Amino acid sequence: MVMSKSPTRFFGALGFVAAIALTGCGPKDDAPVTKGGPVSLRRLTEPEYRQIVADVFGTTIKVPGRFEPDVRDNGLIAVGTSRESVAGTGLEEYDLTARGIAAQVVDDAHRTTLVPCTPAKANDRDDACATKFIARTGRMLFRRPMTQDELQTQVKDAGEAASKLGNFYTGLEMSVGAMLVSPQFLFRQEASEADPDNAGQRRLDAYSKASRLSFFLWDTTPDADLLEAAQKGDLDTDAGIAKQVDRMTNSPRLASGVRAFFSDMLGFDGFVSLAKDPQIYPKYSSQVSVDAQEQTLRTLTDLLVTNNGDYRDIFTTRKTYLTRLLGSVYGVPVMTSTGWEPHEYAENDPRAGILTEISFVSLHSHPGRSSPTIRGKALRQVFLCQKVPDPPGNVNFNLVNDTKNPAFHTARSRLGAHINQPTCAGCHKIMDPVGLAMENFDSAGGFRTTENDVAIETNGEIDGMKFSDAIGFTKAVHDHPAVPVCLVNRLYAFGTGRAGTKDEAEWLNYQTKQFVNSGYKVPELMRRIASSKAFYRISTPGTDANNATLSMAGTSTQTEAVK
Amino acid sequence: MSASMNATRRNVLRGMMGGAAVSVGLPFLDCFLNTNGTALASGAPLPVAFSTFFWGCGLNPGRWEPKTIGANYDMNIESAALQPFKSRINVLSGFKVFLDGKGARPHFTGEMAILTGDVPREQPNYASLDSIVADTIGTRTRFRSLEVTGTGKPTDSLSRRSASVSNPAEISPAALYTRVFGPDFTDPNAADFKPDPRVMVRRSVLSGVTDQREALLKQVGVNDRQRLDEYFTAVRQLEQQLDLQLQKPAPLEACSKSAQPTDAEIGTEIDNVVANHKLFAQILAHAVACDQTHVTNIVFGEATSPLRRPGVAMTHHISTHEEPMDPVLGYQPNATYFMVRIVESLAFYLQTLDSIKEGDGTLLDRTLMLAHSETGFAKVHSLENIPMFIAGGAGGRIKTGMHIQAKGEPVTRVGLTIQQALGVPVDSWGTMSLATSKPISEILV
Repeated sequence: MVMSKSPTRFFGALGFVAAIALTGCGPKDDAPVTKGGPVSLRRLTEPEYRQIVADVFGTTIKVPGRFEPDVRDNGLIAVGTSRESVAGTGLEEYDLTARGIAAQVVDDAHRTTLVPCTPAKANDRDDACATKFIARTGRMLFRRPMTQDELQTQVKDAGEAASKLGNFYTGLEMSVGAMLVSPQFLFRQEASEADPDNAGQRRLDAYSKASRLSFFLWDTTPDADLLEAAQKGDLDTDAGIAKQVDRMTNSPRLASGVRAFFSDMLGFDGFVSLAKDPQIYPKYSSQVSVDAQEQTLRTLTDLLVTNNGDYRDIFTTRKTYLTRLLGSVYGVPVMTSTGWEPHEYAENDPRAGILTEISFVSLHSHPGRSSPTIRGKALRQVFLCQKVPDPPGNVNFNLVNDTKNPAFHTARSRLGAHINQPTCAGCHKIMDPVGLAMENFDSAGGFRTTENDVAIETNGEIDGMKFSDAIGFTKAVHDHPAVPVCLVNRLYAFGTGRAGTKDEAEWLNYQTKQFVNSGYKVPELMRRIASSKAFYRISTPGTDANNATLSMAGTSTQTEAVK
Repeated sequence: MSASMNATRRNVLRGMMGGAAVSVGLPFLDCFLNTNGTALASGAPLPVAFSTFFWGCGLNPGRWEPKTIGANYDMNIESAALQPFKSRINVLSGFKVFLDGKGARPHFTGEMAILTGDVPREQPNYASLDSIVADTIGTRTRFRSLEVTGTGKPTDSLSRRSASVSNPAEISPAALYTRVFGPDFTDPNAADFKPDPRVMVRRSVLSGVTDQREALLKQVGVNDRQRLDEYFTAVRQLEQQLDLQLQKPAPLEACSKSAQPTDAEIGTEIDNVVANHKLFAQILAHAVACDQTHVTNIVFGEATSPLRRPGVAMTHHISTHEEPMDPVLGYQPNATYFMVRIVESLAFYLQTLDSIKEGDGTLLDRTLMLAHSETGFAKVHSLENIPMFIAGGAGGRIKTGMHIQAKGEPVTRVGLTIQQALGVPVDSWGTMSLATSKPISEILV
């Protein structure tokens, strides 16, 4: 968050100038030209759904029920949403949730603020008043004005329901319930229109641009200002987009977008079903897992947004936030009995950065013990965007286990066999050493120096950088050239709902260089992406021959370029 | 060729009969049943039910398959809990997955091959067996299918309608109970019936959503059109649920609500998983007896089996890979402990279905159940000899009590057999080397 009186506001203003220069208002836009991607159809995620309900109807409306799980594709749920549809079971759940919300919207506590008029008779239909309410609500829920047809259908249905059930507000309730299960709400359906500046080509319409912007920067539906900008045609000009990007990146709500992005990238949805054996890890609880996620998100937003810091420092920062509950796992006294307080790990503390926090080490472990392999794989996939192949079928695990001598005390000794066997070594040597560096942290995030009474060794190397312990390891990750490349790719994919294409590799490369040159500032990077032409460009059918998704190879080529 | 064409015609006819019996909503009172309880007096069979029971990490080769082939077999050590039901079970051994040069993804490839007839490279490409079957036998019930999972992750459902739609699983018996037997349940045996005017209104408002279909489909590309279509299929199902709530259902003597459950802790600790499985089994059995659904899917535990004993660091899955073979016993004792608990839970499910009497028979008699894992020998992720069982009488559509031993033939033969037995008009199934047009004719009636 950019505080109004902090020096970062000045920095923000500079960023704004740069953004204009990039998007063509300046003398020259030197970003490589891309062909764009398809018009997308994305299902709302659960956090988006919840945020929209809070924005449209207020935070006192409870969102009951549960949601169809999201799927992850190319490292992100945001990309998975472009593949998802709704199953019968899922729609049942949406329907239950919608009915629960609709009933609250028209109840005595809310109708006076949410319904903009009073019906002539409370026990019958009043189409004029219903039209006012439905048009206003529908515009926010559908992220564009309702079509005449949509509006008429809703008003008619609300009217008939009101007559039949003898209550004006019940009519509205039925209508809200229906809008909340309609595809116009549940899917972010983009639309294209003929591009007046490029004959024969199409462009994203202004409302679709408004949605891309709003979900990318704020993780929610477009607000009134943004919808108005779309309506007036402002979003069809670079200057109009730049103005909105400036407003939105200078808002405290940018932190919501940053949190949403990192929750997705770090796979925090996995905590829903994460379990630890209470006999082995008595300190672990579901509240610890909730606090652990919040700790990491606070660490990230504080560093990246409030202090506009260097992205790579997320791996090494000694500053974090703790609750008393987390303090008990970390062995740190926390004065605040409820809530959060800032904490700085001491100079000689074995922890620094988010990789050593509970959220990372516990999420990527087994219920009853740590897993260097899973942690190593997670680090490579999440932060370096590298794909680690699955193990082959018909592997003989006897190689890993000397059955006559089962006394492997530490993970390093158990996994040693992987490295010594050619069939396993290829992949395990890129995962295990990385994970072994974090072996001082058990499956629940506690610190330990031994496993089964044998001292844990944490030395190793990652892609040529040697380290002797977790702190050295986090410094190596900090300097890994794939780190900025991966972030740029992921952020772009988060905003567009698809992995970058080979055609876009050069553009992503260009953005990565800008990101590196600007000192690895994340808000600046989001501003650049949101202001760019590539972010909104859609492919013209028939011309996207080179649209293959960027593979691991594509990402490493970019890594080379950045080195 | 001609044999399979005949089989198809016969099965289409069967399917139509099954469908007709359901669509006219005949009451299944004893007086309408024939003497052995397997069919209505009119000759139309009771609706057949399909169920799957899945568990991860297989069983130990040589310890679960019967030692003899054909009829009159005895269950082997690890399948001993199933011995009381052996005359109503076919044990299927020796079936395998062909990879066609595609890499095996451990604990994923096997289940995909068995249930979708395909080895996907990344994401699943096809609908699962239960969805295909549900489109034939489950279209007129309140729920097209019901999915549950024992180890706490709603994503651990193997039931999918297409590449883009998977049916999420219930993780809580109490939640499942509310969904099936809660306020929206219409008791077929209740004396009075009054349609709820609010339901009528909801039904009519929902058609407003359907009315937008054409306009919305026009705006999207081919792939997204398919996804929107799947959404509208879901709307259609919801409309159908409301329609059913507005009609007086035919009385069903065997129908009663299951007991109101209290969940054991939801997670991976084996005793809790078994306790919740027992609750799930009872709710699902009663749901079928009350004609709320014809298709039920149980994932006992996800494929990389996270089952664990309190205080033991190695889960079931990790044990299969890392636990030393006991040199005297010849197997991994901790991993095997879980396997036995799983088979016992399968036996409990069979017993539950068998305890619901319908005429002279039981619910098990009109159920076809596929119980299977995803790997042969989990220690090495083997895709050969994957444990599979077919149980129940399928309303007289299959013969049981046999041990079928395949010689390395594709697992898809099992899925094809099930589809044909249940009236799906299909004469071959599977992709590439998994494609087969050979059902297991020994067990087809």
